[in-house]
Amino acid sequence: MSLDHAAVRHIARLARLAVADDQLESLRSDLERVLHLFDDLAAANVDNLAPLAHPHDQPLSLREDVVVDTDRSAQLLALAAASQGGYYLVPKVIE
Amino acid sequence: MNAQVQPAASAWQAVIGLEIHAQLSTASKLFSGASTAYGAEPNTQTSLVDCAMPGTLPVPNREAVRKAIQFGLAIDAAIAPQSVFARKNYFYPDLPKGYQISQYELPVVGAGRLRVRVDDGRVIEVEIQRAHLEEDAGKSVHDAFHAETGIDLNRAGTPLLEIVSAPVLHSAAEAVAYMRTVHTLVRWLGICDGNMQEGSFRCDCNVSVRRGSDAPLGTRTEIKNVNSFRFVEKAIEYEIERQIRALENGESIVQETRLYDPARHQTRPMRSKESADDYRYFPDPDLPPLVIAAADVARERDALPELPQARRERYVAVLGLPDADADQLCADRATADYFEAVLAALPGQAKLCANWVLGEVAANLNEAGIEIAAAPVSAAALAELLARLRDGSISGKIAKDVFAAMWAGEGGADAIIEARGLRQISDSGALAAAIAAVLAEHPAQVADYRGGNEKLLQFFVGQTMKRTRGQANPQQLNELLRQKLAAP
Repeated sequence: MSLDHAAVRHIARLARLAVADDQLESLRSDLERVLHLFDDLAAANVDNLAPLAHPHDQPLSLREDVVVDTDRSAQLLALAAASQGGYYLVPKVIE
Repeated sequence: MNAQVQPAASAWQAVIGLEIHAQLSTASKLFSGASTAYGAEPNTQTSLVDCAMPGTLPVPNREAVRKAIQFGLAIDAAIAPQSVFARKNYFYPDLPKGYQISQYELPVVGAGRLRVRVDDGRVIEVEIQRAHLEEDAGKSVHDAFHAETGIDLNRAGTPLLEIVSAPVLHSAAEAVAYMRTVHTLVRWLGICDGNMQEGSFRCDCNVSVRRGSDAPLGTRTEIKNVNSFRFVEKAIEYEIERQIRALENGESIVQETRLYDPARHQTRPMRSKESADDYRYFPDPDLPPLVIAAADVARERDALPELPQARRERYVAVLGLPDADADQLCADRATADYFEAVLAALPGQAKLCANWVLGEVAANLNEAGIEIAAAPVSAAALAELLARLRDGSISGKIAKDVFAAMWAGEGGADAIIEARGLRQISDSGALAAAIAAVLAEHPAQVADYRGGNEKLLQFFVGQTMKRTRGQANPQQLNELLRQKLAAP
């Protein structure tokens, strides 16, 4: 599988990464090498194999429906770049 | 074509599918032990997992899984013995991890179906494609701050069941009827409180139109986050009309997400987020597959209550109630259970019990703005009153007065009847005396009656009732009056 610059820009956009034009080519070739690994994987015969969602053969453990976490908003908000009135503040997002 | 062309609505078929998000009523979140209680101060119910602190791991809530199973069984769906949590990746400030844990290829609840009664009396069977568990995002507050957006993560991680219908609904009325049926069902099962104001039950509507039912599906638009039945109806009606008009004018429909504006009853495009649909789902490496044992499914199946559809049908077929009564009684489980508790004390009197539950009880609940669970008159108390009505101790009119007194907290039916001396006068001597007095007071009317104006009987009934403060047994009164008036 091969990638063009438009695809690299699209992936960067999805990852919210600012990629300068002069970085595009080196990123493109790095990513392409990663994709070549998938080409190798795709060559393996997986007929009669169910898709594997998780490498470990272990079921999910569940917890009881009990509230054990208490309010630690003061500590958590102190970690934020900005907060006010109990809210985290982020640059204005308008829908 | 030009703008003058009237949309030929009859030639078009609307195709609608709903994605309903029902918040599962658990005490704690889907993947953390933080509380899900509504209305807390911002960010006071967020654990390290909800804030996506590095090194934390999600652990699913058993109760949320149980509730998903219950829903699946109620719509006759297969419960996946193994389902997988997947990451749905997108960036938004109220989604701290940068992805939402959801289910994609292998949802916990497979295809099922639900019978839905539409307002016009038709019953349609709606195919439900799947229902899956996912976590809710936090809340963005846009208007309370100056140049910033405030983020409250209390809702982040709250368990949701997303219920996805097939695109099989063909009108706003069908869509709303389906949504109401799901709403009744999740509340009936006790898996969701259904509170739409608080966002516990909300809906995305996928709408497209096509020329006739054999044409390929048209391009669809998605109307996001509509949180009332009325808005769903209005939004879909508007969207169908908008699409038909656009197509009739030779325009094409753009696949996009739209928002419903309740003030204008219109939908409008959301600011387009490029690549918004490129969610890059993949199995969440933090969560091994969710394995559900057949024995667990069987246990939930055994514990399932009689479902609203079955109960409704039983009320009509076995109890002989009219459709409308059965519908209203089964609109929620608490009402149906209350009705059955009253009926248990008065076997064979289904219609009488239904009349009172849907009449006096419903009216008083409505006026007080409370749920039936909080009714000051219990089912047992109402049954006591209706028993007195049945055995002739009181008339229907007096029963309503007694009910009002019971509602006001004055005690049980018998106590009120006794204390107020409301027992019906069934003693013919006492009744005869009252009638004699009434006849003596109105000689002209008596003469008129005897001259052939038999309509006056009601006048004498009224006068005697007044004299006995409504306590005369109506049947006995009628009989005695006729006798006295016939034989001077």
